[in-house]
Amino acid sequence: MTAGEKYVAAAYLVVFAAVLLYVVLIALKVGRLERELAALAELARNRAEEPRG
Amino acid sequence: LSTSLRNNGAAYVSLAAAALLIAGFALAFFWAPEDADQGISQKIFYVHVPVALTAYVCFGWAAWKAFKLLWKGEERADLESYTAVHMGVIFGLLTLVTGSIWAKVSWGVWWTWDERQLVLFLILFLFYSAYFMLRYSTDPGPRRARTSAVYALFGVVLLPVSFLAIRLAEQLLHPAPIFNRDGPQMTASMFISFCVCLAGMLALAGGLYLIELGGKRADRSLRELRELLA
Repeated sequence: MTAGEKYVAAAYLVVFAAVLLYVVLIALKVGRLERELAALAELARNRAEEPRG
Repeated sequence: LSTSLRNNGAAYVSLAAAALLIAGFALAFFWAPEDADQGISQKIFYVHVPVALTAYVCFGWAAWKAFKLLWKGEERADLESYTAVHMGVIFGLLTLVTGSIWAKVSWGVWWTWDERQLVLFLILFLFYSAYFMLRYSTDPGPRRARTSAVYALFGVVLLPVSFLAIRLAEQLLHPAPIFNRDGPQMTASMFISFCVCLAGMLALAGGLYLIELGGKRADRSLRELRELLA
């Protein structure tokens, strides 16, 4: 592999790595949203089960 | 069909991006000829220039949304403008990194302060990076939305300056523009490969923009719900 080829590979890999990193970050965000939504659903269920005075 | 398209828009656009980028890079490496002067290193052009143009489009889109917020008072435009700046900064950073790699292999240096095109793009990138500091230095609400919109709109002035710098520059380390009065300055196969790569990169930015926007909207809705249930 020539030096030029290595630099070309590096440029394309940087973009690929950035997209991959973005996918990981989005996956983490979706996980957090899922947990928050579950907690809110639990809270809403508890409120609904509370005896009405 | 329209509801399905709206709900799955990000998935369709991302799929299109993947197909176009694979096709574009394949064309660039296996169909487009090697540049006579630069050799294999010229292949960086097919990723660097589309990424740079995509960054310009993202900043332009952010300014357009900011304009809509200021002119028509569309509240949702605030989040859209913010997300577009977010995307623009990501693509701007990629432009600087891929550009540096190309500079190293072509000119022997990672960066040169003598090239107006590079310095102007860096200024543009830093200007929009500062947008986040401004945005998070004020409390959420209409005031923050307006100040952020004014800032995003100001930044659009830098776009034509940065874009045209390559044409106005007298010192020519940076490669010549893709277009001039005589049309594209490359062979037809190179130009077609470049166009496919550009379409792919724009679709990628569009897909990421829609995903990010959906996430930010969901985040905001959850916050409102939490406040209602508290």
